[in-house]
Amino acid sequence: MSINASIKPNPAVRVLAWCAIAFLIAPIPIIILVSFSSAQYLTFPPPGLSLQWYERFLGSSEWVQSIWISLQVAVFSAILTMVLATMAAIPMVRADFGRKSIIYAILLAPMIIPVIITAIAMYFVFAQAGLTGTVLAITIGHTIVVLPIAFVVLSSTLQGLDPRLERAAISLGATPLVAFYKITLPLLAPGILTAGLFAFLTSFDELIIPLFLGGPTTQTLAVRIWNSVVMEIEPTISAVAVFLIGTTVLVMVLAALVSRAFQRKSSSSSHQEASHA
Amino acid sequence: MMRACCRAARGETVSAPSPNTEAAIGGTRRKWTPRITSLWLLVPALGFLAVFFAYPLASIVLRSFDGGASGLTLEHYSTFFTVPVYPRILWQTIEISLLTTILCVLVGYPLAYVMANSSPAVRNVMLLMVMLPFMTSVLVRTYGWMVILRPTGLLNHVAQLFGLPAVELLYNRPGMLIGLVYTMTPYVVLTLYSVMRGIDGRLVAVARSLGASGWSAFWRIYFPLSLPGVAGASLLVFILSSGFYITPRLMGGDRDQLLASIIAYQVDVLLNFEFASAIAVILLAITLVCFGIYARAVGLKQLLTSRT
Repeated sequence: MSINASIKPNPAVRVLAWCAIAFLIAPIPIIILVSFSSAQYLTFPPPGLSLQWYERFLGSSEWVQSIWISLQVAVFSAILTMVLATMAAIPMVRADFGRKSIIYAILLAPMIIPVIITAIAMYFVFAQAGLTGTVLAITIGHTIVVLPIAFVVLSSTLQGLDPRLERAAISLGATPLVAFYKITLPLLAPGILTAGLFAFLTSFDELIIPLFLGGPTTQTLAVRIWNSVVMEIEPTISAVAVFLIGTTVLVMVLAALVSRAFQRKSSSSSHQEASHA
Repeated sequence: MMRACCRAARGETVSAPSPNTEAAIGGTRRKWTPRITSLWLLVPALGFLAVFFAYPLASIVLRSFDGGASGLTLEHYSTFFTVPVYPRILWQTIEISLLTTILCVLVGYPLAYVMANSSPAVRNVMLLMVMLPFMTSVLVRTYGWMVILRPTGLLNHVAQLFGLPAVELLYNRPGMLIGLVYTMTPYVVLTLYSVMRGIDGRLVAVARSLGASGWSAFWRIYFPLSLPGVAGASLLVFILSSGFYITPRLMGGDRDQLLASIIAYQVDVLLNFEFASAIAVILLAITLVCFGIYARAVGLKQLLTSRT
């Protein structure tokens, strides 16, 4: 029985809570509804259903090019982030050293410092180096912004691992490197994958970095949405927005599947060990 | 210290380390850890941050003092504090961030409370309904609110059906506040939820059995225990909203702009990079002071749990 079991929130508080839920979820069904509208402009309620905005979205070479650029940036920065964050999380969780909290603060800083500041600071430096407008510049920028999130996910996974497993392997004659690859890395894999998925998603949705570091030929999906929302609200954006919501749902489902698959694997392997014994 | 560990990492390889290596590592109090966990693993991430994050930040600090031919100057800062519009925007940024923080706690507290004290099935549904918008692009969600709140949007359509007057809740301060509270509430809910899950509900039950009403048991037992969560969530929301760009820019009016918007405007439109840098440094200072308070009062570990 959980320690929370003895509290029963009263009905009025429950109503407040569900109102808050309604407030949080409201825009999502509205966007989905509008995206199927058959009207020529944004109007309520939609007079009928059609796929015209999806046709316009996927039929436009500009929007499709932006999907491609966003995908490239998100995949590259997710991979880079996974490597950097995994390496950093190991000593931060396992090793014990002075001034650790300062290193924590540095690793988490990009999450706290307003992205607008990071973006203009990088813009000045990259402009001098002639790198603005390239996929590389946007990828580097996204990696900075996404690194803390991946680091947080990986640290919490690593915290749940028993360091004695690796030590046992070393005491049985494995080199530390072999022990890491054979023992720790497989156990850490779900955390690395989850961190990668979150990194992908955050990067895919990031707006401010590509707004400053991108150029006319490297507009990510978010930048193209921004440009059209700032100019005029037209329903094609609803179809693009539904595409982004779909991506979010897909990544969340994948993350859930990853953690479930690994849970099953680890429980079945411990079961096997038990039956061998 | 760092160098000693690097040497240790490269030094002995195969054999299990003897107690002597531990002493050799630096004489300080250290748990034994396999040397693959040594500190050199931090080098790639810290190096990457140094080159692409710390260096650019340092260069905007320098740039904010750049007076061109006249060398170093405080001119950009004095402009900021003497031209009346800028202190007004600074004050407005603080005011709106505070208001957002209070509203977010009011909206988020009951939700986190019910979520932490519900059956697992209800809790999971609620968690999903918080996480889905939280993980969805801010831009997409802001667009959703614009569709709802615009003059010919859903809200006014419903108001019309009930014969109510049309409301203006977009491109003004209330509109911006709705957008900000909406975007920041999930942070409050998730932070509070993780704190509330750790509160021992039996304490409330004991208070009730000793004769306290539900109301006073809540305010005298539960609420004080949840205060660390409220403090952490408030600081986080204040920090995040004071530097927020997307939602205020899209949903606020021209007079309601915050520091982030004028930084972007100085860079994008006026190409006044030095002045933009000075404003960025002021915003950075506010953020770092709040972050320092956060790290002292709440601890960085909280930040680690609230985002997972």
